[in-house]
Amino acid sequence: MDALMLDGNAVAGLLQEVFAVEMTTAVGTCDHCGRSEPIGAVRVFRGAGTVLRCPHCNNALVKIVKNETGIWIGLGGVRALKI
Amino acid sequence: MAPETAHVKTIGFDVQGWLGHRAGQHVDVRLTAEDGYQAERSYSIASAPDGDRIELTVERLDDGEVSPYLTDELTPGDRIELRGPVGGYFVWEPAVGGPVLLVGGGSGVVPLMAMIRTRAADGGDAEMRLLLSSRSWDDVIYRDELAGLAGDWLTVAHTLTRSQPAGWTGYGRRVDAEMLTEVGPGPDARPQVYLCGPTPFVEAVAEALVSLGHEPHRIKTERFGPTGG
Amino acid sequence: MSFISRGFRGRPRSDADPSRLPPGQYLTTDYPVLSAGPTPHTPLDRWDFQIVGELAEPRRWTWDEFRALPSEEVVKDIHCVTKWSKFDTHWRGVSIDTLLDGVDTSAGYVVQYADGGYTTNLPLQDVTGGKAWVVYDSDGAPLAAEHGGPARMLVPHLYFWKSAKWVRGLRLQAEDEPGFWERNGYNNYGDPWREQRYWGD
Repeated sequence: MDALMLDGNAVAGLLQEVFAVEMTTAVGTCDHCGRSEPIGAVRVFRGAGTVLRCPHCNNALVKIVKNETGIWIGLGGVRALKI
Repeated sequence: MAPETAHVKTIGFDVQGWLGHRAGQHVDVRLTAEDGYQAERSYSIASAPDGDRIELTVERLDDGEVSPYLTDELTPGDRIELRGPVGGYFVWEPAVGGPVLLVGGGSGVVPLMAMIRTRAADGGDAEMRLLLSSRSWDDVIYRDELAGLAGDWLTVAHTLTRSQPAGWTGYGRRVDAEMLTEVGPGPDARPQVYLCGPTPFVEAVAEALVSLGHEPHRIKTERFGPTGG
Repeated sequence: MSFISRGFRGRPRSDADPSRLPPGQYLTTDYPVLSAGPTPHTPLDRWDFQIVGELAEPRRWTWDEFRALPSEEVVKDIHCVTKWSKFDTHWRGVSIDTLLDGVDTSAGYVVQYADGGYTTNLPLQDVTGGKAWVVYDSDGAPLAAEHGGPARMLVPHLYFWKSAKWVRGLRLQAEDEPGFWERNGYNNYGDPWREQRYWGD
């Protein structure tokens, strides 16, 4: 367990900018293990970009890359997102 | 601006157009240097809703990039750029009710204090218990205010992990399952738990709570990184 | 809309020799830890490094075998896509040329794969000819786990996301295959001197 790991609260502002609604209460279903958690409870890692990982199986749920002109959001690890 | 401890300061901001916030939410502060370099950090709102004024409690990290600016450089009249309020998961409002168990590590107490202050201002009948872990008595943030609020709806328990004052009869070790059992409420009361602090603290306490039988989905967590947010 | 924060200076940003600093970068003496996932902890007695894919016989080294390979000291500038550059970083490791010595392949591309699932892709010619290493010492000491230890890739002529931490092998391929970040906005090649950070750069 890494001291640098955060949780979905840390990306609340960024996600709200993108989705225009509060996202930490949105519930994501992991495409790998099938478990569901609110975004506020998932693990967040900051590398070259930001990665949201399933707290149960560590699958990369969401990848976020941001630059001055836009944001790439990869939702590839999420089976479904309930907002 | 008001010092809380030797390393921690509360700063008040008047925010034009502030639409209010809920206890537990935070703001993202962004600073821009003259050469365009930017740094961004998140800070929990410490105050209960109060018109267009918010308070942030900032711990000054010696090797921090943003916190020393906020605690040492900022003077009344300065403007900062912030985005918020943000967050909906780690939020308490009177409608949530109680009982509530608040567990904080160091500056993790900040969003929990917003919850306590909201309860104090707004009434409602939720019972709250705060278990606060600090390094020493001098490091306890909001120490006197908490002592003043403790009473029929608020119980405050401290644990001091590095040093204790002479005559200390409180806890003097890291939060563990036994301490959580003594402070309560127990899982049968189905409390809503809010747990906030550095990641290792949150991970250890969450595990202890689950081992005691608290339902995982009733434990809400907010992890602070070494950069303070 | 951002405005200047009066008196804010930020992390110390040294004055750099401009010929060494790629466009848009800041020079640091820190060593920030950036990671796409939790730090893996593979025990050395279970670690191996492999070269697989388009070659007649896959190659594999255990940790002891890997440490017995000819190694070299390398001093390089590194450039992170998050805008930090660090000059004169010191490493010790094995050149990819050594690992591929005698390998006959028609592959044009290589994918680095690592513990934890991270991948990144490169043309094969970008890891040969003295351009890339698998390194295990940093500043004269074993590479710390949080910085990619026991071993990571070092490909200093590209942005540092192209140097996988916790690397476990190279897959030689005829086809290019975008890796973890290349699938999500980061540039497929990543040349810091042409500021190729994102798709479309």
